[in-house]
Amino acid sequence: MKELLERYPATTEYMLDILHDIQDAEPKNYLKPEALHAVAEYLSVPLSDVVSTATFYTMYSLKPRGKHIIRFCESPPCQLVGAESLLMILSEYLNVEVGETTEDGEFTLETASCLGVCGVAPAMMIDMEVHGNLTRERIIDAIEAVRGSDA
Amino acid sequence: MPSNEMKPPIVLQNNGVINPYSFSQAVAVGAYSAMAKIVEEGIPTQDVIDTVKASGLRGRGGAGFPTGLKWSFTAKDEQVYIICNADEGEPGTFKDRMILEGDPHRLIEGMMIAGYAVGATKGYIYIRGEYGLSIERMQYAIDKARAHGVLGDRIFESDFSFDIEIKKGAGAYVCGEETSLIESIEGKRGYPRLKPPYPGAVGLWSKPTVVNNVETLANVPPILLNGVDWFRSYGTEKCPGTKVYSILGHVKKPGLAEAEMGISLKQIIDQYGGGIENDKKFKGALVGGAAGAFVCPDCLDKPMDFDGLQELSAVLGSGAILVFNEDASIVEMLDGILAFFKHESCGQCAPCRGGTLALKSIMGRIRKGNGQPGDLDRMVEVATTMQAMSLCPLGQSVMLPITSALRHFRGEFEALIK
Repeated sequence: MKELLERYPATTEYMLDILHDIQDAEPKNYLKPEALHAVAEYLSVPLSDVVSTATFYTMYSLKPRGKHIIRFCESPPCQLVGAESLLMILSEYLNVEVGETTEDGEFTLETASCLGVCGVAPAMMIDMEVHGNLTRERIIDAIEAVRGSDA
Repeated sequence: MPSNEMKPPIVLQNNGVINPYSFSQAVAVGAYSAMAKIVEEGIPTQDVIDTVKASGLRGRGGAGFPTGLKWSFTAKDEQVYIICNADEGEPGTFKDRMILEGDPHRLIEGMMIAGYAVGATKGYIYIRGEYGLSIERMQYAIDKARAHGVLGDRIFESDFSFDIEIKKGAGAYVCGEETSLIESIEGKRGYPRLKPPYPGAVGLWSKPTVVNNVETLANVPPILLNGVDWFRSYGTEKCPGTKVYSILGHVKKPGLAEAEMGISLKQIIDQYGGGIENDKKFKGALVGGAAGAFVCPDCLDKPMDFDGLQELSAVLGSGAILVFNEDASIVEMLDGILAFFKHESCGQCAPCRGGTLALKSIMGRIRKGNGQPGDLDRMVEVATTMQAMSLCPLGQSVMLPITSALRHFRGEFEALIK
């Protein structure tokens, strides 16, 4: 933890960077209470400031998540070419609702307002990897290719 | 009105031509030569601002504010900041990503020139957290530029020093609003600030700050290099230059296209999007993203620029064009848009927080066939209140997709109301 914090100068300008790095280093992709305390102490700000920032942005989570984060794009361009049905298919395949984590702890299913890859709509990201021109088969292939691998 | 002839692109000139990791290839196609010219010829800062003013360049992030004017409003101070807004989140928009990933040195040079003009020595590029590749390539380009001495202290052996740092966002559409973006760089929740004061007077860390969009800054080096007349040979009198559009939906070739300001929607769809796919009929389009407006077939021949669209009660916005064929449901589209606003409202001000909830709930029941008489007027009333009372453009702009959808496609909604 100390090492992660000291990558950055101890000013609030680096709050978002620090939260990103701590979360990325945590196998369950979330910010533990003790991590939030450590950030507050390092930046010399009240804990409430850290919690305030950490709870505003969709990429941070205060709850444990899966090893891999799926961000399924719900933007109008994706919606126009069938994203709604594909999301239902994915949700059924993983047996989770949006916001939930699979029983084996591999995947958390989330949605995104727009991933900015509209040229290949419908699209999703698994971790930082973009998967476009989705069909039922491509979604399942992408999931199975990642399952069991490191985040 | 521009002719049908396609001129060479300005902004995407080098995209796909150079290796974005190569500093020498960027220099070979002219990177940093505008900045070098400014330094070598000792062009005063005021002349740089005047050139950009005279070029008529307007902000490409959505609002279309004249860039030179924005620079000239920036207060003088010991510390001034330039921020490049790369928090591209408008649904259907990915033009900035293509610049960040395809021609990063162009953006660095644009920021340097902006910094020189307003007296800034420090620049930030705020890139949305989901754009992993953009962040990697920009950082690589910044490191290269530093190593070659074009970023840092005493650039080209002049008195001008300038450096750039990347700030990574963490998922919040509202951070595309300039004061929210500033709050976010300061490490806080991305709540928009009350304006005035504008960032040009009180911005990042309370210092004068210029916030410009990626595409806007990418236009700056060629303007300084090739001159005002060259730039004005593109586009229209009031909106010179080009616009990078994303053409999506029911077209044969979805993707990005850079076209002159002022060409018609029909030209964009046919020449750049390859026309409507599967020989279907054009029903309409959503122009400008979720915070944009629906247009109908009557708008196909109207000029596409900031002013031309305003006359149609529409907006150019980010340049996203989502094309619908006859089978598309405008009801489903508007429902999706209102879900987007409900999700992205930051919750700071009551009209937007409550308004987006109410709109999604009314729209949801209409879509399910449970609409009540008066629901459509109720939606307009809520959106009108939000337009008048919301603190930032997010809440103010919901009005546009609702009223435009109802203006052109009201029958589709009424059919679902008992």
